[in-house]
Amino acid sequence: MESVASTAKDRLIKSTKRKNHGESSGKVIVTLAALIIIAATLSMTIFLSIKGMQAFIINGVNPIEFLTSTEWNPTGENPEFGAFPFIFGSLAVTLMAALIAGPLGIGGAIFMTEIAPSWGRKILQPIIELLVGIPSVVYGFIALTIIVPFIRDYSSGTGYSLLAGIIVLAVMILPTITTISTDAIAAIPNHLRDGSYALGATRWQTIWKVLLPSVMPSLWTAIILGMARAFGEALAVQMVIGNVRDLPGSIFDPSATLTSIITLNMGHTTYGSIENNTLWSMGLILLLISLLFILIIRFLSARRKI
Amino acid sequence: MVTVLNRAEQKTVKRKQKITKQIKPILQTQNLSISYGENKAVQDVSLPFSKNSITALIGPSGCGKSTFLRTINRMNDIIPSASYEGEIIYEDVNILDKNIDVIALRKEIGMVFQKPNPFAKSIYNNIAHALRFYNIKKKTVLAELVEESLTNAALWDEVKDRLHESAYQLSGGQQQRLCIARTLAMKPNVLLLDEPSSALDPVSNAKIEELIMKLKEKYTIIIVTHNMQQAARISDQTAFFLNGKLIEYDKTDKIFLNPANKETEAYISGRFG
Amino acid sequence: MHAKVADKIATGILYVVAFLFITLLVSLFSYILFQGVPYISLDFLTSPSSTVQAGGGIRDQLFNSFYILFITMIITVPLGVCGGIYMAEYAKPGKVTNAIRTCIEMLASLPSIVVGMFGLLIFVNTTGWGYTIIGGALALTIFNIPVMVRVSEDAVRSVPQDQKEASLALGITKWHTIKTVILPAAFPGILTGAILASGRIFGEAAALLFTAGLSTPNLDYGNWNPFSASSPLNIFRPAETLAVHIWAVNTNGIMPDVQEIAAGSSAVLVLSVLLFNIIARVTGKRIQKKLTASK
Repeated sequence: MESVASTAKDRLIKSTKRKNHGESSGKVIVTLAALIIIAATLSMTIFLSIKGMQAFIINGVNPIEFLTSTEWNPTGENPEFGAFPFIFGSLAVTLMAALIAGPLGIGGAIFMTEIAPSWGRKILQPIIELLVGIPSVVYGFIALTIIVPFIRDYSSGTGYSLLAGIIVLAVMILPTITTISTDAIAAIPNHLRDGSYALGATRWQTIWKVLLPSVMPSLWTAIILGMARAFGEALAVQMVIGNVRDLPGSIFDPSATLTSIITLNMGHTTYGSIENNTLWSMGLILLLISLLFILIIRFLSARRKI
Repeated sequence: MVTVLNRAEQKTVKRKQKITKQIKPILQTQNLSISYGENKAVQDVSLPFSKNSITALIGPSGCGKSTFLRTINRMNDIIPSASYEGEIIYEDVNILDKNIDVIALRKEIGMVFQKPNPFAKSIYNNIAHALRFYNIKKKTVLAELVEESLTNAALWDEVKDRLHESAYQLSGGQQQRLCIARTLAMKPNVLLLDEPSSALDPVSNAKIEELIMKLKEKYTIIIVTHNMQQAARISDQTAFFLNGKLIEYDKTDKIFLNPANKETEAYISGRFG
Repeated sequence: MHAKVADKIATGILYVVAFLFITLLVSLFSYILFQGVPYISLDFLTSPSSTVQAGGGIRDQLFNSFYILFITMIITVPLGVCGGIYMAEYAKPGKVTNAIRTCIEMLASLPSIVVGMFGLLIFVNTTGWGYTIIGGALALTIFNIPVMVRVSEDAVRSVPQDQKEASLALGITKWHTIKTVILPAAFPGILTGAILASGRIFGEAAALLFTAGLSTPNLDYGNWNPFSASSPLNIFRPAETLAVHIWAVNTNGIMPDVQEIAAGSSAVLVLSVLLFNIIARVTGKRIQKKLTASK
């Protein structure tokens, strides 16, 4: 029985002669993929930061003025680079869209989990998935052909307005907010519900006083993620917001966002010119703010109770 | 180890040495301790396993017997927090050494798990899977080896007409014998069986036990079991584990008829565990 | 009985919200389909677009969309699957793994226009390629990689541990086990995820504006030499996709039938995305059934 030729030493001690069976090459391949992902993220941050700083460093645009001045006149005799109206526009559409979509999304989530958990979820879940699937240019096109003329009919302006941008963004971020809120509320353990009902609370009291407070950080996460999407959305907003350089006086006035100005002007300006460089600075602001959103979400997820 | 041994322990040690002397074991653990992070799962276990014998490891859940078994073919390596002290001498090498080729080791010390876990492949490919990895690619050779392994696992007659159907079409007992067959295909020296029939019905269980008894002729078998009768029926030696320690080790009839240790007696008579 | 009244009112409001969701979806889809489908014809799908005259089609845009999607997936799928395997099987808890997670999270939350700008900076200007299909595909890769990594990681993790142990216990290496046991078992999940991601890529426009461009050269569909300038297969040519086309005709189209072209294109785009979703579901289920067939 004993194999005469080989001892356990020969068979079991690793040697350089023995084939590695591709074990290390496999590890190298997947590690390489991971490194490429890190490299892509780092290079993106670095290159966009460098490019975004050029307007201030090479062209001498005053960063304070860039962030706060309302005068945007890049092609005039005394060019001025105040991007505040666009920053304001971005913030305004984002906040207002969240203000509309937040309550609706969370309401939809409550409906799916607490009011009609069986059929409500069966119907609304696919609806939400379909809404996510509609490309943003299609949202833009629909808004352009329905919302803009509608606003034109009921206000004095052209219809291209802050409001049109807000509505289209609210619809676009609604699925994001609903999905995350639904997952959060559905994950609440049943004993919380039972405890509340046992005390004689109504369904609404249970939802409002027990369930929602227990998942507050997750609901905020849902809203912040929605805002991140709204803030970065470019084409749908650009198609309906009017893209003017002035601060809007009301929500019926046309306006502009950082993304819409970048979309519109990136192709029309000479690469390397001051005006072009200021567009890259706006891109850098977008990058930084989306980083800020990530930080807020991390902060919220650390506070999650359930 | 400078601890003073009490008389009972001295007795056990003597008996151990006696057994060790009788037959030169193919596999032997020496002061083996296994930890998960800070948590010691197995403490200072020395056990010999002699060739062509069946050793049963018994003890209540969480006593460390499965951990002990999984360390013998280094399956515990896939748990990042696992660490070892002591030695496992297999023939003439310490298989816990850093320079051991774990892949070659697992080929020689095969393992069968508690729950039948055939691959989501055909019956044929369940066995051919590992053979192909070891560069046996010729169809005729493969077919021969598949038949041989299935025959050795007493499964050939039941599946010979449907080798290319999914392994999931088999019954639980057949799946477990398939798992044994694919391990046998690697021509191992030692078989580690981790409660191989605990998930099966009595009839399948009987078949597996019969098979294990037959496999003893060719292989050294270590079996973890919860089933006292099973240990008594099939094993030559029995080791009783409790809280990560080896309490008693002896010939199976001795353990079951006249255990030296009170805890052993309590366990085998069903008072706990 | 104040509480009971409040409960009734709240329930009523929530029903209205749910009804709103349904109305929203139904009206959006019926609008797109009623506006667009009548305009979809074989002629619309197979004739080139026109910049000034009415009656232009979307032949090139449709081809470009599928071709860019194809090139993107060729790059993304291997990269994403390898990244997912790394995260599920090789990454040890620690700083490097955290760094990769942060990177993936960052890439996932970047606005697609920013990804497009990065593409413009690197794949268009730095390389000197100009607007190209490969530049667009690389930008879309950055946009899509977080999804692909996450999908693959989840799929690999969901493979039962006992399958992996069975293979390792036979003396098979980890890598071979991954290739021959884990990946086949994870395949349905990865495929479903990849097809869903395809739908997202197909509709993406912002990342392509500055990378693949707003124009398409005259293509000769009989020319299959990928290095020829007029070949549709040339990856170093600019390519306007269907999604970009919808944006472009709406923003600066001067043909008289802008509305119809945009509606028709939107309907084609939405139907395609819908198709991707259906295919993903059906194939995922079918393969799952085949793999675990136990009758």
